[in-house]
Amino acid sequence: MTEPLLQVDGLTKRFGGVVAADAIALDIAAGECHAVIGPNGAGKTTLIGLLAGEIAPERGSIRFDGRDVTAVAVHRRSQLGLARSFQITSLFADFTALDNVALAVQARSGHSFQFWQDARRQAALREPALQALDAVGLAARADARVDRLSHGEQRQLEIAVALAGKPRLLLLDEPMAGLGADESARMVAMLRRLKGDVTMLLIEHDMETVFALADRITVLVYGRVIASGDPLAVRADAAVREAYLGEQDARHV
Amino acid sequence: MKAARKAFGVPLPASWFTPRAALPALVLVILGLVPVYAAATGDPFALTLFGRIEILSIAAVSLNLIMGYGGMASFGHAAYLGIGGYAVGILWKEGIASGFVQWPAAIAVSALFALVVGALSLRTRGVYFIMITLAFAQMVYYVAQGLDRYGGDDGMTIGGRSSFAGIVNLNNATQLYYLCFALLLASLFLVWRLVNSRFGLIIQGARSNERRLRAIGISPFRYKLVCFVIAGGLCGLSGALLANHTNFISPAMMYWTRSGDLMVMVILGGLGSLFGPLLGTVTYLLLEEALSRVTEYPGLFIGPALLLVAIFMHGGIEGLFGARRRD
Amino acid sequence: MLYFIEQCLNGVQLGMLLFLLAAGLTLIFGIMDLVNLAHGSLYMLGAYFAATFAAFTDSFVLGALLALVATAICGMVLEVIAIRPLYGRPHLDHVLGTFGLLLFFNELVRLVWGPAGMTLSLPSEMLTAVQIIPGLYYPLYRLVIILVALAVAALLYVVVMRTRLGMLIRAGASNREMVGALGVNIKLLYTLVFGLGATLAGFAGLMQAPILTVQIGMGENILILAFVVIIIGGIGSIRGAFVAALIVGLIDTLGRAFLPDVLHSMLSVDAALTLAPAISSMSIYMLMAAVLVFRPEGLFPAASR
Repeated sequence: MTEPLLQVDGLTKRFGGVVAADAIALDIAAGECHAVIGPNGAGKTTLIGLLAGEIAPERGSIRFDGRDVTAVAVHRRSQLGLARSFQITSLFADFTALDNVALAVQARSGHSFQFWQDARRQAALREPALQALDAVGLAARADARVDRLSHGEQRQLEIAVALAGKPRLLLLDEPMAGLGADESARMVAMLRRLKGDVTMLLIEHDMETVFALADRITVLVYGRVIASGDPLAVRADAAVREAYLGEQDARHV
Repeated sequence: MKAARKAFGVPLPASWFTPRAALPALVLVILGLVPVYAAATGDPFALTLFGRIEILSIAAVSLNLIMGYGGMASFGHAAYLGIGGYAVGILWKEGIASGFVQWPAAIAVSALFALVVGALSLRTRGVYFIMITLAFAQMVYYVAQGLDRYGGDDGMTIGGRSSFAGIVNLNNATQLYYLCFALLLASLFLVWRLVNSRFGLIIQGARSNERRLRAIGISPFRYKLVCFVIAGGLCGLSGALLANHTNFISPAMMYWTRSGDLMVMVILGGLGSLFGPLLGTVTYLLLEEALSRVTEYPGLFIGPALLLVAIFMHGGIEGLFGARRRD
Repeated sequence: MLYFIEQCLNGVQLGMLLFLLAAGLTLIFGIMDLVNLAHGSLYMLGAYFAATFAAFTDSFVLGALLALVATAICGMVLEVIAIRPLYGRPHLDHVLGTFGLLLFFNELVRLVWGPAGMTLSLPSEMLTAVQIIPGLYYPLYRLVIILVALAVAALLYVVVMRTRLGMLIRAGASNREMVGALGVNIKLLYTLVFGLGATLAGFAGLMQAPILTVQIGMGENILILAFVVIIIGGIGSIRGAFVAALIVGLIDTLGRAFLPDVLHSMLSVDAALTLAPAISSMSIYMLMAAVLVFRPEGLFPAASR
């Protein structure tokens, strides 16, 4: 059996007295779409922070693509192919949409100590960037400044920026946050198209999305994994139903 | 006709000549014609005033590179003016009058100082960065005060301008003026190329959203440091020019209020716009000059004017023409 | 040894003055998030007011009291007219605007009081020296500065930690919206805090006035020192400002007093005399740079920011 693309073991992080991650173990195979769900305060955003490298764990290890990245800095992890989107949109607000994506392409194409040529005229940066914009349906808005884009468009751009670096693993932190019904549906359709090409770890609140997209689901409660498996098994799991689905879904299932 | 077009490569877009482009163009044309005016009227003062404007514009252009484009608000930029000036003055005092030695030394020492300051300061953020750059500038200020041999607190008159082996003669006021003018144009061109290059986009990305920059795989520190060093060297050159222009160096040229003046010029003109620092410097120095002719108390008007600009004019003078502010 | 103790007292005295200046600055910085380069102008105004009122009333104490009131009023008027629109704006706009105010006040003082500067003389009973320990006589006035500033520091501590105003100040520093939501008049709070800062600055200015001359630009050097103090201490922290002010005051004074001798053992007298003040001035900035490199948020980072 091949080694999983991402292998998390015993990952632990406390903030003061709160245990945000309690010995989390998680495997993600290449090509799968793995969702992490859990009620508010379950430690989902902490998990993304730990995986992206913004938060240092107290214990445990993260292996990515066969190497230990537990102590590797954020930008190095990104160079290794671990890209992310942010829950609260985090873009270069005074750049155009295309410049945002082109900078991500540039980041993956070696160092940027080039001081003279006009970077906006380099096809090697612009063309892949336009493709990424096209992939999320934003090609028509390429030259609009980010702060002029609608919230939905900014969410799409988040994905395009993450995709532009041709990542091996895409960490998606609540991509549906703040989207209306139509926009959500478009986003789900887009992510479904991406499935298979890119391995995804999807953190999401919205159950419909999760069950529509995920190959496997991990349920997090108070920083602990209480269940992990394919959607049907998770849906049937008693502990999950009690701890999480209980409040909203138990009556309907 | 077709061939002529081809010779130009890309045809200029129709929107090129906008009010926003017209103002800096006009300013540059006027700056280029000042010596003609001075020769016609026999009034050398215009050369002195506008020469000073050009030199400080270079310093402002350099500050704008880090502060406007890179988001690194240095409150110690006058230190580089001083270091550049002292490099010229000290070498002169020690018998080395050649500009081919003095000026590269001015640039190199300033750049080196910027390297040290940047390496230590770029770890801090926001107001702390403003203050630590100020602290380093104050250190240089006190060092200069302690340089007894080079005038100490009182400063030192430089007995001769940098010599360039007959290529340009800086003792000729017009030649000195046009050299400053050429270097101003060159520094604008340099910054224009820089900020649109791959390097420049990283720098602006770091200003805009450092967290995102890391997330796409770039640690901004090295880029910011290099940018800081380039700006330091450019400002050092401006200091070398200033020493030649006034024939005088003193610690006062790097007192913190001088750094404040430079910041004012850049913010007044418009942060992160190419010609903003030029417009800001011209406006600030001409306003000072004009007011000091009509009133004994120019500060009574300049001060409130700056306050009003801070309150009402987002984006400075360039902002008036639709340039977007980059905070 | 006696000389050393005397110089230490001088250092403490400078530190106390710096604290008065820095306390206001750090409150304004911490609560309103305002970089105020005009703080030194209020220090200068305090000194000029005191010199004027003291000459007018023929009483140092009365002059000082009137000067405090006048500086407080100036500060609050300034806040309402000029400072209020700057809240919430980028720090660079604060720098631009308050730098303008600094130019304005320097010129205004020149217009009103003339370019010559003034002196503020002490009442004769203050001119004596007291024997602190056998053999060491110390100027009474400097002792008074230390004690009064300590009293102000204690008062400030009580106000900030024990009163309703202080509670609002502390809450305001950590959570603006919450204080607003509590129905507190946040504009009034800010005006009061700014007035308090102005009063403290003016107080520092008038206390220092009899020792130095009262002149234009007197606030500029010491303003930067005060900034150094609040950066070392940690922005928004009164306790940090107190500790850092003492450190800075002591280093500056002791450096000036003893470095010439130290350097003299290595250099000529002239060189030592020029170099020593330069080095002791520099040492403060070196300290600040070192603090920022190792503790980027200062010695006492305010917990909330």
